[in-house]
Amino acid sequence: MNTAGAAGGPPSAPGAATAQGTPDTIDTGVFDEETRTRAKEIAARYPRSRSALLPMLHLVQSVEGHVSQAGVAFCAEQLDLSFAEVSAVATFYTMYKRRPCGEHLVSVCTNTLCAVLGGDAIYRRLATYLGSDGRPLGHEETAGEPGAPGSVTLEHAECLAACDLAPVLQVNYEFFDNQTPESALELVKELRAGGRPQPTRGAPLTDFRQAELQLAGFFTGRESDVDGPSAAPETVRGARIANERQWTAPPMPDEAPLPDLPEKK
Amino acid sequence: MTNTANPGNPGNPGNGGDGRATSPLTPVLTRRWLSPRSWTLRTYEQLEGYVALRRALAAHPDQLIQLIKDSGLRGRGGAGFPTGLKWGFIPQNDGKPHYLVVNADEGEPGTCKDVPLMMADPHSLIEGIVIASYAIRANFAAIYVRGEVLHCIRRLHAAVREAYDAGYLGRNILGSGFDLDVVVHAGAGAYICGEETALLDSLEGKRGQPRLKPPFPATEGLYASPTVVNNVETIASVPYVVLGGAPWFRAMGTEKSPGPKIYSISGHVERPGQYEAPMGATLRELLELAGGMKGGVPLKFWTPGGSSTPLFTREHLDVPLDFEGAAAAGSMLGTTAVQVFNETVSVPWAVMKWTEFYKHESCGKCTPCREGTYWLVQILRRMLAGEGTPADIETLLDICDNILGRSFCALGDGATSPITSAIRYFRHEFVELCERNQPARQATETALAGAH
Repeated sequence: MNTAGAAGGPPSAPGAATAQGTPDTIDTGVFDEETRTRAKEIAARYPRSRSALLPMLHLVQSVEGHVSQAGVAFCAEQLDLSFAEVSAVATFYTMYKRRPCGEHLVSVCTNTLCAVLGGDAIYRRLATYLGSDGRPLGHEETAGEPGAPGSVTLEHAECLAACDLAPVLQVNYEFFDNQTPESALELVKELRAGGRPQPTRGAPLTDFRQAELQLAGFFTGRESDVDGPSAAPETVRGARIANERQWTAPPMPDEAPLPDLPEKK
Repeated sequence: MTNTANPGNPGNPGNGGDGRATSPLTPVLTRRWLSPRSWTLRTYEQLEGYVALRRALAAHPDQLIQLIKDSGLRGRGGAGFPTGLKWGFIPQNDGKPHYLVVNADEGEPGTCKDVPLMMADPHSLIEGIVIASYAIRANFAAIYVRGEVLHCIRRLHAAVREAYDAGYLGRNILGSGFDLDVVVHAGAGAYICGEETALLDSLEGKRGQPRLKPPFPATEGLYASPTVVNNVETIASVPYVVLGGAPWFRAMGTEKSPGPKIYSISGHVERPGQYEAPMGATLRELLELAGGMKGGVPLKFWTPGGSSTPLFTREHLDVPLDFEGAAAAGSMLGTTAVQVFNETVSVPWAVMKWTEFYKHESCGKCTPCREGTYWLVQILRRMLAGEGTPADIETLLDICDNILGRSFCALGDGATSPITSAIRYFRHEFVELCERNQPARQATETALAGAH
């Protein structure tokens, strides 16, 4: 199966060169010492270092706002992989952006359930508002100069696991629940104007790059983010009804004995 | 709001005397969700947290595997495989490292139970991880959580840190001699990674594509070593089984599908949300809890457990939603993601939206799935755009027939479920869609003919 990978030969052997160049010829200087230290920390989390590739690509996005050629080369050199091996992974996953992202990434769920409750209308409204010259903004396109304050990248997303709160959207992966085209438009206008509206569930907004740093597993200086709200009324509805009506699971015995050790066969 | 239920207190029976009778809702996994700062170790410990772990670490690992077998706990990720049996498949004394991988890549359309669980009560998952790892003799466990749920990832990271600091993770846990490291691993936006072998490839730093089975993960999983892959809700159930015992767990649900289950009700209902009920609840019961259909508009169709489970209709209101009941009625329990749609929704449109999802998420490895989902979308879009013919319905079914059972993993199978079930119950809607557009179609053909 898929075990060939980096098993044979040195990863940057001659012949591994691509049109984009090899890890040796791409300048990875954009990644500073702190980032390199973090990359090594990620690799140390796993029994085998290659497992660090997905979080490391998040780390790369926290620096550049997307996965550039330099980002691919950086991961390759950190993990002793070939450029092609990293590139193959970076292009497989939706969350790794091939072009520079805006200060904020707005993801609108347009899967069936959100769509029927307004997700499609929300996406259309935002695309129209963020577009220019009479053309709506396309999927994964950015309004404003990518990375500049107030720039917004728009995408339609698949199911975001918040269907009881539909229709939902996310800004930098923080949840804004129970949206309407109007509320979503106000939200995006505020982002464009440099505002940081409070998510329904999640931490106070920062930007796409900070979110990517946290996805890579680094929270220094943002420890209080964990206390952002998480339970919407919908989340705890069942628990609340049970509490009000004093419905409980059957009582547990004081001491539940464990089964005897099974006999060896 | 403090402790909402107190299963450890026998003075609070909650139910009548009949041991089988249970309340309509049975908060077990959700019982801490109303507590203030429920995600912290402090709250968790106040509410019996890590008590099960102490009991488990004092036992022999094989006793725990036997306990889980006796409890009848079945996988909560959709397939319903018996958890104890899965743990028992791990070869012992084989000289290889063993691994536990928690599948937290919640992405099946409609599914929204694991993310709130991990946000509200991450320590129950961690306690379950330590017990499960001890049982299967694993010293490394990973929580593979989808990348889009950042707040959930934060909570997990924080909980893991707290657990290390308190000695529930790391070296010589609670003086037992057992070591365990846990890593929280953020995915990057690929539904396919919810498939266990694709998840393992992804966790190894590769493209998330399913592996051919056998070998199964139990013998060659992560890094080609014996691995248990379990869903979040499954592992989070483990501490309660240890505390309450198998008979207690079996007092809820049905004989073959015991225990409580989080049903996620979404869509056209008055009060969507998470409802933890004994396995075997029906949509009629759940709808009552959820306040009925929104605005009184009648039910048209629903999914019992995500979009990959064949649709149900209002004829299925009393189907018991357990593994056997859903299957006997022609669907699957799946993830108990109950998406409810009213009469205003076009079935072919809903099916097209879901099919677009499967096409986007097909990993591309297997030709029937990769090409089939592509053509399914083309045909459905054409039908919705008013260019369909009745023959398209047969073509859709024919393509589904060529996908089902012909790909490595269940994504392809799942992609056919909405289509075949929709045509089974709502064929007339597809036919009407085509017939309604016939005059326009003929006019186009006439116009083209005249252009010669």
